[in-house]
Amino acid sequence: MGLLQPEPGLLIWMSIAFLIVFILLAKFGFPVIVKALDERKEHIDSSLEAAARAQQKVENLQAEMDGIRADAERQKAEILRSAAETREKIISEARARAEEQGERIIAAAKANAETEREAILRDARHQVALLSIAISEKLLRSKLEDEKSQASLAERLLEEMDRDRMKESHREA
Amino acid sequence: MRLISILICIILPLLAAAPASAQEEKSPDVKKIVMEHLSDSYWWHIGTFGEKNVTVYLPVILHSGNSGWHCFSSRHLAGGASFEGFSIAAEGKYEGKIVETLPDGSQSRPLDISVTKTTTGLLMNSAITVIVILCAAGWYRKRKATDAAPKGFTGMIEAVVGYLVDDIIRPCVGPGWRKFAPFLLTVFFFILVNNLMGLIPFFPGGINVTGNIAVTFVLAFAALLVINISGSREYWKDIFWPDVPVWLKVPVPIIPLIEFVGIFTRPFALMIRLFANMMAGHAVILCLVCVIFVTAGMGAVVNSSMTAVSVLFNIFMNCLELLVAFLQAYVFTMLTAVFIGMSQEGKEVAKTYERQ
Repeated sequence: MGLLQPEPGLLIWMSIAFLIVFILLAKFGFPVIVKALDERKEHIDSSLEAAARAQQKVENLQAEMDGIRADAERQKAEILRSAAETREKIISEARARAEEQGERIIAAAKANAETEREAILRDARHQVALLSIAISEKLLRSKLEDEKSQASLAERLLEEMDRDRMKESHREA
Repeated sequence: MRLISILICIILPLLAAAPASAQEEKSPDVKKIVMEHLSDSYWWHIGTFGEKNVTVYLPVILHSGNSGWHCFSSRHLAGGASFEGFSIAAEGKYEGKIVETLPDGSQSRPLDISVTKTTTGLLMNSAITVIVILCAAGWYRKRKATDAAPKGFTGMIEAVVGYLVDDIIRPCVGPGWRKFAPFLLTVFFFILVNNLMGLIPFFPGGINVTGNIAVTFVLAFAALLVINISGSREYWKDIFWPDVPVWLKVPVPIIPLIEFVGIFTRPFALMIRLFANMMAGHAVILCLVCVIFVTAGMGAVVNSSMTAVSVLFNIFMNCLELLVAFLQAYVFTMLTAVFIGMSQEGKEVAKTYERQ
């Protein structure tokens, strides 16, 4: 079987050829390719990482923005609420003050009217007294024109006075 | 693309038939044709075009104990001629090889380092391998990692290299893979280029390089060296003092002996596997082509139907060989990687461990 016997000549050529191929490729060929593949892999990895970081950053910014917006929203609501409160307070205060003022005015008016009425009454009473004195004077003058009637009046008056004194003493007793 | 590949599949067996047609005789000797193709020769018969035989005569380099160095063209030996006392033996122990006829009439075999057909194919394929890989590597030299990934040819090489590194070398060899990647990749591409070139039926290819035992022997021997030279202490301990009951090691070292033989059987299996696969593939294709000429004398119907069968089978076989060409390169590389990985076990890898 000639096929199973390695030819020495071919062995030598093959050794030389394979050695040269191996040296050339191991020095200039494959390390370059393998290194390039590694570098590309590294580059892709780092790019992916950077992309992930950027994504994270965007998400953080989004969250921050949302936070700020919610904050602003809350502040707005707060401001609106306090404004409404203030308005209510002012209105109610004004109303209370107005009521108070009105009451005071009314009270003052009432008091004024009372004093006036009293003054009028006092005046009227005085006038009535004066008038009644004048009338009684006139009546007395006309009645006491004769002596008899003067005396009877005096008597009657005395009698009355006595009666009054007796009533008084009786009460004292 | 599919159309082109179908066309190639159809054309390849037809072209494979072309050199064989040169052998056409009244009753072709199939065994002789096949053996002629599978074994080496001192010239390269490219084909017969019409009446014209196109043959490349290759340099013969000899060293004889009697007459020193000789270097001449194999043209002088064509047709059984004798030149400077050398001729190609027609029969006997050295059939088909150059022998020196000594003055006393006996024949002796000189040291024959002629550039034979297989050697020529080997050198051409080696050059192709180097050019292919260096072209691809040159692409990377001019660029940075941040540039776009390569397309086309370089992209193809990169895809194959990346696949081998990620799927074979790294998982099989283990952490110290970086040191062995160039060797394994060289082996893979060397075998692949030789296998594929062997499938091309016409001039630059068609030579059964990886189906030659000397070639696979050197590859396997290189693998043996790489596996064992880099072997760790654990690896050698496992061979000479394995973890088995003591009576298996002392006084008769049964297991160590088996382990020791194992050092050689593994590369031996690599050698035979690649050789047998490639040689068998070539032999089957040639036999199928020969079917056409064997049936030539059996009438038009038999011959034409057998021709159709032969072409169809050849299409199938060529597709299969295309697969085998890749598969054998893959298997050789993977097994070598596995053996290297075994010999690296327990090695301190802190220094070589870069990043996974």
